[in-house]
Amino acid sequence: MSVIETAPAFDLPGVDRRNHSLAEYADAPVLVLVQSCNHCPYVLAWEDRINELQRQYAGQGVRIVAISSNDADAYPADSFEAMVEHAREATYVIDYLYDESQIVARALGAERTPEAFVFDADRALVYHGAVDDNRNEADVTAHYLRDAIEAALAGETPPVADTAPVGCTVKWRS
Amino acid sequence: MKVEFLFWEGCPSYPEARELLEAVLTEHGLEQPIDVIEVLTQHDAVRLAFPGSPTIRIDGRDVDEAGALSPPSLTCRVYRLPDGRPSPVPSRQQLEEALP
Repeated sequence: MSVIETAPAFDLPGVDRRNHSLAEYADAPVLVLVQSCNHCPYVLAWEDRINELQRQYAGQGVRIVAISSNDADAYPADSFEAMVEHAREATYVIDYLYDESQIVARALGAERTPEAFVFDADRALVYHGAVDDNRNEADVTAHYLRDAIEAALAGETPPVADTAPVGCTVKWRS
Repeated sequence: MKVEFLFWEGCPSYPEARELLEAVLTEHGLEQPIDVIEVLTQHDAVRLAFPGSPTIRIDGRDVDEAGALSPPSLTCRVYRLPDGRPSPVPSRQQLEEALP
């Protein structure tokens, strides 16, 4: 599956029980979509860092949006109600949306959780891949997502535009 | 002693977990063959009571007995490190404590 080049249109329910669309984020100079879920240990290892990036860059208008597309029938831990509970427990400041039809995941070309897609002000993809280079935060040496956000805010090309995401597979409906 | 290592290829943690298991066994002087079992289908997961990848059993006992209670599933298993952080692989301490 190839990765998308521009941000896909979406209109999805969020854990705040409101729908959120691509248009809602039109004012954000940088939009980050993160393919995610509840049950994956790789997501659990990285989610605090993703949340922290949202806190760090909120003042500059950056929006980070996590999207779960996993088949909740096969993986009940990824149901919408479980998402609501998980976002509360993990004190998410990011929006967390449910892509039940999996249309957005397919449009993105997502394969893993977590998998980040950074779009610039024109909603062109400028970075795709991992959050950073180590699930153990103390051992991180390359901050791919943070560097991509910084570059996009500056109107520059990120130093690294594509990395291989490390994580669980997206749980597709059969 | 019987050592079983069950994994599902859809979760990328199994090479690291197997390497850690082999290292721990070696360090404890246990030149024990590991019975490596690939779980391919949900049917296999149910049949093998496989709660996620990787699953390690020593003499039939899961190295993380609490996690072993999760429903059988083709998924990545969540372990907790001694400091409480989630991890896709068990800690060295968990493996060592599971040795006879």
